Amino acid sequence: MLASILASGLAVGAIYALIGITYNTMFATSRVMSFTAGQLGMLGGVLGSFFALRLGLPILLALPLTLAACALVGVITEYVAVRPVLKSLDQHLYVLSTLALALMIQQVTALTWSTEPQPFPRLLGIGEGVWDEKYWLPVLACAVTIIGLEWLYRHTLVGRAFLAVAEDNFAARALGLPERNLRIASYALAGAIGALAGFAGGQLLLAFFANGPLLNFYGFVPVALGGLGNNRGAVIGGILLGLFQQAANFMVGGIFSSVAVFALFIIVLLAAPQGMFGAPAARRV
Amino acid sequence: MAAIHEAAPTAAAGAMPARPGLLPQLWPFAALLALALLLPLTGNEYWALIATRACIYWVLVSGLNLIVGFAGQLAIGYVSLLTVGAYTASVLAAGNLLEPLHPALALAAAAALGAVFGVVVGLPALRLRTFYFAMTTLGFATIVTQVALAWQDVTGGGIGITGPSLPAPFDTAWGFYYLCLALAALCTWITGNVARSRFGRALVTTRDAEVAAEASGIAKPRLLILVFLLAGALAGFAGGLFATLQTYITPDAFTFDLSLLFFIAVLIGGRGSILGPLLGTLLLTLLPEVAAPLAAWSTFLYAALLLVIVLAIPGGIASLIDARNRRKLPENRAVIPRPELLPALLGQQPKHAGLTLRDIVLSFGGVRAIDGLDLDLRPGEVHGLIGPNGSGKTTTLNVISGYYRPETGAMTCDGGPLPAGDAVGRAARGIARTFQTPRVVGEASVIENVMVGATIEGRTGFLEALLSLPRQRREERMLEDRARQALQAVGLGALADIRADRLQHSELRFMEIARALMLRPAFLMLDEPAAGLSTDEIKRLDQLIRGVSRQGIGVLLVEHHADLIFEICDRITVLNLGKVLAAGTPEEIRSHKEVVSAYLGG
Repeated sequence: MLASILASGLAVGAIYALIGITYNTMFATSRVMSFTAGQLGMLGGVLGSFFALRLGLPILLALPLTLAACALVGVITEYVAVRPVLKSLDQHLYVLSTLALALMIQQVTALTWSTEPQPFPRLLGIGEGVWDEKYWLPVLACAVTIIGLEWLYRHTLVGRAFLAVAEDNFAARALGLPERNLRIASYALAGAIGALAGFAGGQLLLAFFANGPLLNFYGFVPVALGGLGNNRGAVIGGILLGLFQQAANFMVGGIFSSVAVFALFIIVLLAAPQGMFGAPAARRV
Repeated sequence: MAAIHEAAPTAAAGAMPARPGLLPQLWPFAALLALALLLPLTGNEYWALIATRACIYWVLVSGLNLIVGFAGQLAIGYVSLLTVGAYTASVLAAGNLLEPLHPALALAAAAALGAVFGVVVGLPALRLRTFYFAMTTLGFATIVTQVALAWQDVTGGGIGITGPSLPAPFDTAWGFYYLCLALAALCTWITGNVARSRFGRALVTTRDAEVAAEASGIAKPRLLILVFLLAGALAGFAGGLFATLQTYITPDAFTFDLSLLFFIAVLIGGRGSILGPLLGTLLLTLLPEVAAPLAAWSTFLYAALLLVIVLAIPGGIASLIDARNRRKLPENRAVIPRPELLPALLGQQPKHAGLTLRDIVLSFGGVRAIDGLDLDLRPGEVHGLIGPNGSGKTTTLNVISGYYRPETGAMTCDGGPLPAGDAVGRAARGIARTFQTPRVVGEASVIENVMVGATIEGRTGFLEALLSLPRQRREERMLEDRARQALQAVGLGALADIRADRLQHSELRFMEIARALMLRPAFLMLDEPAAGLSTDEIKRLDQLIRGVSRQGIGVLLVEHHADLIFEICDRITVLNLGKVLAAGTPEEIRSHKEVVSAYLGG
């Protein structure tokens, strides 16, 4: 039992971590927490199943197509739900605009795809039992994403520009960085990361339109606990959350694990509002 | 001084403007109620069902409106409390858990449990804003449905449970309708009472100007918990009624669509309004009836509607029907303070030992913003705090008003220690302040903004405000009279009932002073009050500040206008890099070598 808790815990934990990184990537350049993060994960599964199973495309083609489609959704998010409300960030209208867009994405998926969970194809056909690919693929995807982002941020000019915008938007603009284009790019990147989470976790979560809100919540928990914008916190928090949830799942059953996660979430937030790895709040006066 | 008044242009000096009556604001409600009362004449029971549903939704939305529209907290998953209420009432009435209860008691229990969960779900909002709270309400909504599904022997699981059935005369469609209508009317009344009380004003101020709310002594957690209790109770009660209306409930009845409906009803209605969300609720309840073929797309339509409102009409219906604030304001108006009104407004401050700061040190990162500061603010004196940008003037103000906690040093107020931090407690110690950028509620009227200043003087409780009892009404009248007096004194008497966001920047500065004076403070701290004012306005501000200090109030003035400072200050402290460069009377400062060479130009 321990082995299956570990395997499934790490797997869903990696998916939550990736959704957390999706939140953070959008947050970094825009200071906006977007409700579309979970929907991107959902779309990763649905589009993956659509390309690979329904259209029968090879995996090597289905994956890039899925990532590209979700990157496009990310860019649309930026145009429709983020840019118009950026100028009044303090009113938090983005919560409503991104929620509205997320619901529209979800509803269109439900009506055009299916309201029932649809199967997701086996990708590589490697492993069985606790070593089945459905368990380690999300972990692999998470590791690849972390390494990729590290490389991007440390070794490329674009990545450093990202960091600059994330650190201080105004200063970055004053330096002449194309802040708007970087923001669009970060939303595209976030779209691809979310899609990767859904694609790699497709065999676990299936291609189901209602995965969106679920991933939204469980992806947000590690971000909130780890501190907004902190990818390391999101990964650690995500994995821990996955293990905790699966352990509770196996031992006391699904409902209580949801209640336990929810209670834990509220208690930790009340104790450490900035998250465990977060920076203290900015000056208000 | 009198000369200025005689030369006064159009504004202010005139008699007190008439109080706007409540009547014009009440007739839409009366009309709606009349229509609702006539509905049974149609004899169409289907209409009774729809109208009952609208009433029940409004019972919930009226409470949610205080949270979303007034407190600005984005409680999205409020269907969860409807679910809690519906199941509580049904389970208790059916006797699945205990002995069967009378339906009325079951409904009361639903309200009680709703109130408890209202607070539980709201807890994160006490420390965190917006997205977190939105998320927790959403998470809670999912969990409640899961629990309802899983706890089969009590809730009936997916099969469901019968709702409570009320005794005669409420067991017919029209009887139940009248009951729900009466409750809806009651909810309109009590939430309207809260909105117009000091609680409502405090809620709106924590939403739009949290820092100013703290400076006025408003403790946000206590306030929010009261509102969460009320909204939760209303939602739970609405749940019980909902179960009665449905006669049979399953977890499927509580879809996320309902949450959206409630939430969007408030947003369509507009923030800080009661009528707007009421119309929004009616509209959204009726919409599916007229657009039946689009049922599958209802979530999509709600979501699209939400997006359109947010992007296109953030003010909602309320902003469209607010004719009063579209009238043009006179141009060329001037703020003419009347310092002669100050004695009546402020009284004479009793003898006071003053405010002292000793050896205060505060650093941000490696920068010592204040480095060993001593300061004495005496009653009845105007004390100027000057120095170049970044010398620690505003930081000093923020230390005194409790926003920053100094690392070392001691503060005393009237002989007793003044605890570091504790911004909310400053108002009770008679310390009032204004801000460099005015912190005001743009959507509230000027007088409402000003009344917030005396929030801590409110003695009546939340329940009294809820029911608008005589003591509460007396207190409101007293506050309003004082606020009008304060506005007259600072020269904004004619603008009392105008929305604050229509005022000019200089007028907002005077409005903040009026708000601070509402407290009848022992100390008034003004953070660059003359910034952005014209020369004439600065002269009038000068007289106002002198008038205030004559009432025994110690005024701490942070300013860049050297003329103003040297004109009115009894004492001046010059800061540089967080240290006191010089302190003394204006004459001493004027002849202080370093000060002259550095700032005044010698």
